Amino acid sequence: MNTEELLYCDTHEWVFVSEQDGQKIATVGISAFAVEQLTDLVYMELPSVGAAVTAGEEFGEVESVKAVSPLYSPVTGQVTMVNDGLPDNLDVLNTDPYNAGWIMKVAISQDLPNNLLDHAAYQRQCGEAS
Amino acid sequence: MPYTYNTPAQQEEMLQAIGADSVDQLFDVIPDSMKLDRPLNIPPALGELELTSHMQELARQNTNITENTCFLGAGSYDHFVPAVVDTLAARGEFYTSYTPYQPEVSQGNLQVMFEYQTLICQLTGMDVSNASLYDGGSAAVEAMLMAISITRRNSKIIVLESVHPEYRQIIKTYFATIGTKVVTVSDASDLQSVLDQSTAAVLVQSPNFFGGIEDIQTVAEQVHEAGALLVCSIDPISLGLLKRPGDAGVDIVVAEGQSLGTPLLYGGPYLGIMACREEFVRRLPGRLAGQTVDEDGKRCWVLTLQTREQHIRREKATSNICTNQGLFALRAAIYLSVMGPTGMRDVATLCLQKAHYAQQKLTQLDRFESIGDQPFFKEFVIRDKQNDIAGLLRKAADFNLLAGVDLGRWYPQLEDCLLVAVTEKRTIHEIDQLVEVLGS
Amino acid sequence: MRNKHATQLIFELSTTGRNGVVLPECDVPTRDVDQLVPASLLQSDCPPLPEVTEPEVIRHFTNLSTLNMSVDTHFYPLGSCTMKYNPKRNERIAGWDGFAQLHPYQSESSLQGMLRLLSELQQMLGEISGLPAVSLQPAAGAHGELAALMVASAFFKQRGENRTKVLAPDSAHGTNPASARMAGFDFITIRSQADGRVDLEHLKENLGDETAVFMITNPSTLGLFDDQVQRIADLVHEVGGLIYLDGANMNAILGVTRPGDFGADMMHYNPHKTFSGPHGGGGPGAGPICVTETLRPYLPSPTVSFCNESKTYYLDEGSEDSIGRVRSFFGNVGVLVRAYCYIRTHGPDGLKRVSETAVLNANYLLSRVKEFLDIPHGDRCMHEFVASAAPVKEATGLKQPAMDIAKRLLDYGFHPPTVYFPLTVPEGLMMEPTETESKQTLDAFADTLRTIVQETAETLHHAPHTTIIRRPDEVMAARKPMVKWTENAD
Repeated sequence: MNTEELLYCDTHEWVFVSEQDGQKIATVGISAFAVEQLTDLVYMELPSVGAAVTAGEEFGEVESVKAVSPLYSPVTGQVTMVNDGLPDNLDVLNTDPYNAGWIMKVAISQDLPNNLLDHAAYQRQCGEAS
Repeated sequence: MPYTYNTPAQQEEMLQAIGADSVDQLFDVIPDSMKLDRPLNIPPALGELELTSHMQELARQNTNITENTCFLGAGSYDHFVPAVVDTLAARGEFYTSYTPYQPEVSQGNLQVMFEYQTLICQLTGMDVSNASLYDGGSAAVEAMLMAISITRRNSKIIVLESVHPEYRQIIKTYFATIGTKVVTVSDASDLQSVLDQSTAAVLVQSPNFFGGIEDIQTVAEQVHEAGALLVCSIDPISLGLLKRPGDAGVDIVVAEGQSLGTPLLYGGPYLGIMACREEFVRRLPGRLAGQTVDEDGKRCWVLTLQTREQHIRREKATSNICTNQGLFALRAAIYLSVMGPTGMRDVATLCLQKAHYAQQKLTQLDRFESIGDQPFFKEFVIRDKQNDIAGLLRKAADFNLLAGVDLGRWYPQLEDCLLVAVTEKRTIHEIDQLVEVLGS
Repeated sequence: MRNKHATQLIFELSTTGRNGVVLPECDVPTRDVDQLVPASLLQSDCPPLPEVTEPEVIRHFTNLSTLNMSVDTHFYPLGSCTMKYNPKRNERIAGWDGFAQLHPYQSESSLQGMLRLLSELQQMLGEISGLPAVSLQPAAGAHGELAALMVASAFFKQRGENRTKVLAPDSAHGTNPASARMAGFDFITIRSQADGRVDLEHLKENLGDETAVFMITNPSTLGLFDDQVQRIADLVHEVGGLIYLDGANMNAILGVTRPGDFGADMMHYNPHKTFSGPHGGGGPGAGPICVTETLRPYLPSPTVSFCNESKTYYLDEGSEDSIGRVRSFFGNVGVLVRAYCYIRTHGPDGLKRVSETAVLNANYLLSRVKEFLDIPHGDRCMHEFVASAAPVKEATGLKQPAMDIAKRLLDYGFHPPTVYFPLTVPEGLMMEPTETESKQTLDAFADTLRTIVQETAETLHHAPHTTIIRRPDEVMAARKPMVKWTENAD
């Protein structure tokens, strides 16, 4: 993925929208900034395929040794695929968070929420936070 | 003030360093209107000698089981406690330490937790044990909450009527505020009619409250068919002989661990045992010790999977438990170590044989009959054809016998029934005396 | 003294055929086991436990005990945990047959001494809290919180009020929100002000007819007495809610002020902290709760009552409105016996002196520590205070200086304070010296801390240097949890 083409939540999830057979499919992950802030990740809970997710609501969790962070969905729809291998190989999130580190794919059922940030805006937010 | 050191001169020095005129001044932040303007209305202080004689007086007003022969059970049992358990658990480095938040100076406690967890897995045949919960009853309710969280079914749980009545009362209390329906069925054969796809879990006790051994494996199959989990409350002593719940398909095992090296203590503190299948480990409440290595590659132990717990997850934690029963997990670990495989087999065999001898002798008397024909372990029910349990207990007490537990207090239909427990400590002489007194 | 050879697990000491206990021959006529129990319900073999002798067990666990820091051996200023001296007289008495060898289902007439003790303890706890109705049943502080919130829930249900929200400040113990959820409430966090007191405006915004309970720890986890507590209680009461006091910090206010007198409706004690029950390497504790007369009918049952006619004590199953049981049998009685002994040893003046001395010790330690660490919440405290190592972060560039200082204290033979709690203080070190430490010990600790903060970043970051293990890999432990021993796993 080209990080400049992605949209971001202020909660550090990224989303990339493509179209397959007329259906909009969102690929969702977490940003390199988030991975760095969370430090050594130890566990991730993925949603199940077929689950409904709602923009702005939790769809999973990621844990470091002494912290739990909810993952918030950037989009509303139904989960069509999850990255099954990811929980057993969390280092991928450090090395390749925008490609091999994708978390789930969602068949979008509603328009994207209008509070998603573009790359520049997200970079600004991260700059302020660090 | 028996336990403080500082002299008035030192206190004066300390106040000077603080920059305060008096100790009272340190409490200025509390508005006068909130301060107690009188001494607390509690009895005056006792020195160690006076305390000792006062406590002796209170202790004398209790009948303790070393002066009596105890056939009382119902979840709290008079088993043999080897001296090594008391000796080791009395070491100040164990009992005056706290939760091992600093692993470098807590390897003793952490290794004990790890060994305890392993011993419980070996005994129960389960994959993972936590480091303890409060007691058997709260462990049972925590297991049901855990099952709800795993199955994501929160509308219904099922409990057998032969589960300890107090455990069932605890479950009723907890679920009353949450709103999950608790369905009680009289025995395992009634399960089929109430089990359905909305059921989160079924709670069975084996040996059950009446001493009877349940066919856990058959129940497990039924429960799993409905997509629910089987929670089984067991007697750890029975596992010297009985099939391990982990080998019978149980999902979560809970138990009252008092039998493993803890005296009766008028009901507590005891030890809540909880163990489960591997896949549920992240939903398991309570502390867990895990093996790892240190900076130099040396094997060691730490508290692990702490993100399950309240101090991190707060309102989303699997449970609110913080302090557990570390000292009693230590006692259980020592007990299981010293007993070993043959010791556990021997204790269980003695309980089984002696309980059957007592049951046979008692039911040979005209006055008593057994109820049901379920196989039993160390405890059994006899029915008094004269329906005078209170009279029997009084008579037995005259001979320093605690003859059994009156079942009428929980089961009105069993008001003429007595629950008798026979542990390895009871001799043939004591059993014969019980038979003689109850039969006379 | 530590034995360097003792590094095995009990399982690795096992030798087939060894035995640690000999049980008597069976003295009753025996039958074949499979005649008594169907073979399908039996285990084919003995449980696969380790096989060790009694001397091996003694040496193994004795050696393990030497790897722990404890109150009996070390200064243990672990904030919020009140690690005070555990009187040996109380241990001995609690172990007497007349208290330890009692079965929970003995007749009440055979337990009059025990029931009297528990009844008197109920009264004393009621008096000390200013909340007269007491249940001794909960097994730990968190269990008491949960029981009290269930009491509140039952109370509101009885009055036909649908109150769904429990509130607590951001500095609250994690058990508060966890208990609220277990009792079926939604949880709302209220902000603290910069001075550590509850932000009243934020509280007001969140109060309404859905408010069930406001939970407050006072003195707070910052060691500060919130003098607004009466005002907070008034605000919460005005909207029909109840005040719950987390009694974790009662060691600061015994005989000085009472929760019932500053507006609390419910509270729990941690007798293993305040009344010196030993902590047992992580328990047992106990969590008795005290409530107002209005809430008495909802308390867990049974409690102990006295019958004036027969002049006997009995277990009182309480009213129909009781929430019922939260624990089997009576409660953690062994812990309660120790608490009773402790209170009787101190009396009214002695208990007040406990708090005065605990507060004096904490303020003295604060006066020493403030010379070289930040104390964000001022020069005075109650029984504990929270220092911040944030300046050390700036000076040294260390990422987690509070952790590093804590680890370095281990090298000097002190148990560290509680670190990174409450979450509202950056690089927090929460110190609770308790009343049972001498000025010399406090001075030695403060001198050591001063030395440590002047050490190089390198020394701190790699601390501890002298303990038997150093900085275990917690990431590995959490990623691939190994929570039991298996043969040949290493």
